[in-house]
Amino acid sequence: MLLEVKDLKTYFHTRRGVVKAVNGVSFTLDAGKTLGLVGESGSGKSITALSLLRLVPEPAGRIAGGEILLDGEDLVKKSAREMRRIRGAKVSMILQDSMMSLNPVYTVGNQVAESIIAHQSIPRGEVHSKVVEMLRLVRIPAPERRAKQYPHEMSGGMRQRVSGAIAFSCQPSLLICDEPTTSLDVTIQAQYLKLLKDIQRETGVAVLFITHDLGVVAKICDDIAVMYAGRIVEMAPAMELLTRPMHPYTEALMKCLPSLDKNVSRLPSIQGAPPTLLQMPPGCSFWPRCPDVRPACKEQYPPFIALNEHHSASCWKLS
Amino acid sequence: MALDATREKTPVANWKLALRGVPWIPAFVLVTMVLVAIFADFIAPHSPTETSLPHKLQPPFWQAGGSTTYLLGTDALGRDVLSRLMFGARYSLIVSLAAIVVGTSFGAALGLIAGYCGGWVDSLIMRATDVMLSLPVILLALLLAVSLGPSFITIIIIVAAVLWARYARIIRGEVLYWKTQDFVALARVAGASGFRIISRHLFPNVLNTLLVLATMQVGWAIIMEGSLSFLGAGVPPPTPSLGSMVSDGRNYIASAWWIAMFPGLAILLIVLSMNLFGDWMRDAFDPKLRQM
Repeated sequence: MLLEVKDLKTYFHTRRGVVKAVNGVSFTLDAGKTLGLVGESGSGKSITALSLLRLVPEPAGRIAGGEILLDGEDLVKKSAREMRRIRGAKVSMILQDSMMSLNPVYTVGNQVAESIIAHQSIPRGEVHSKVVEMLRLVRIPAPERRAKQYPHEMSGGMRQRVSGAIAFSCQPSLLICDEPTTSLDVTIQAQYLKLLKDIQRETGVAVLFITHDLGVVAKICDDIAVMYAGRIVEMAPAMELLTRPMHPYTEALMKCLPSLDKNVSRLPSIQGAPPTLLQMPPGCSFWPRCPDVRPACKEQYPPFIALNEHHSASCWKLS
Repeated sequence: MALDATREKTPVANWKLALRGVPWIPAFVLVTMVLVAIFADFIAPHSPTETSLPHKLQPPFWQAGGSTTYLLGTDALGRDVLSRLMFGARYSLIVSLAAIVVGTSFGAALGLIAGYCGGWVDSLIMRATDVMLSLPVILLALLLAVSLGPSFITIIIIVAAVLWARYARIIRGEVLYWKTQDFVALARVAGASGFRIISRHLFPNVLNTLLVLATMQVGWAIIMEGSLSFLGAGVPPPTPSLGSMVSDGRNYIASAWWIAMFPGLAILLIVLSMNLFGDWMRDAFDPKLRQM
């Protein structure tokens, strides 16, 4: 097991009170596998990712509890210096906005080279050919010429591939993708996901894939965890979760997906809005929007109930 | 964009691109001034400090009583105004450029640190710039000049001391923007240290602003040096500087206008050219516009 997160809690201390952005999240991730973290904006997906890297914006935010075991080492207990070494050596990240992921004043070749020099010990003379090799790995045509270009000379899809080349040249064992395809159009999205899959097969990297797009999740993930208001409410292998959702929130999300074979004039949506994290309702955080509320829902947060070996959800209707 | 990608750029083409739109008149004025300042020893017709009382207060050559020996006339001690102008330009340029370099480096370093670190470091540095910017500049400069004693180095320190706060504040603002960009976050993910992020990711991105600011401020620094010299706290006499020449000519402004007028004009020309040049630099260094 590469990554094991146990009961992770990340709180933000604001003037109006404590915001529990991540409130007891647990999951595991094996090498070569992809876990999708799905949820609405503000559900705590990105803060979960930042917590894994110990990059939660301080001093407002801090990890209040839990364990993050990467290769058996608890990252929560590491010093800032040790953490910096681990980040560079084991974890990489690809972010949503490819324009701002690259430094506008350097050529892309230069930026890939920097990552290679920092993380691999190869002689100076071979750096350039390694850069070209990395650009070729992410299927960038004419890599020799592209390496000399600046980020603003490239299209969004190309830039996102360069971000990928930089991320992979760290030779990470864990790659965190925070909505990497959101800024791309649909055809480029599909290409990019296929590329990620291919590289994952070649390198055996574990991927934590954060998105709000269920369509993307279906294509790339082995397992899916659905987050709502700072907690994971349901977790299952991708196919099972998409075909047999158990938690009412997951069901509602699935209903919101447009379908090709039904002709509807209006897409269904989930009633209400997610709770503000400052004023969480007592009991289950989803009950104000849940179509199937029971008395217990309003009193106590439901336990995580395992339906089978891999599929579990936290909802009172399952008990 | 598509066309751009296929067009190979030769060095010559880059050169031509870079030179396109250079404001020729300001550039010419500046280059001339710099050359004159550098080669003053060779081209000045007289020594800038040699006095010749028989020839005192001679007007420029085109006025009655003027001679071509002293093209722009002489001052109250019979020193050649043209020669003093040439050497004066040298000292004024050296002082202002040195002050800009010192002030810019200091201000930029503090701005980078303040913006990157945030928190109490930021507050401390920014309060210091607030204090700096709210002090009456000339009074502070006079105070420093008097307490340190007038010398070349003093002037540079004074002008730099007055300059740094503006840089610190503007650079801090820029850094606040850049440091929230994803590539900085990714550098941190890749394990980069604070020093590396500042030097490799933030500094190059604020460099344009810095260069343009510096060019814009050269004019201001020259005026500052001129003001100090005018007030008698500048480069000690008999070394000529443009400001002290204006100051010397002040008493004769009614009878011998040329003594103060020519150095005044020189200051005007340099400052104006520098500002126009700075405007162009600002556009030329914008990475988006650079492509066009």
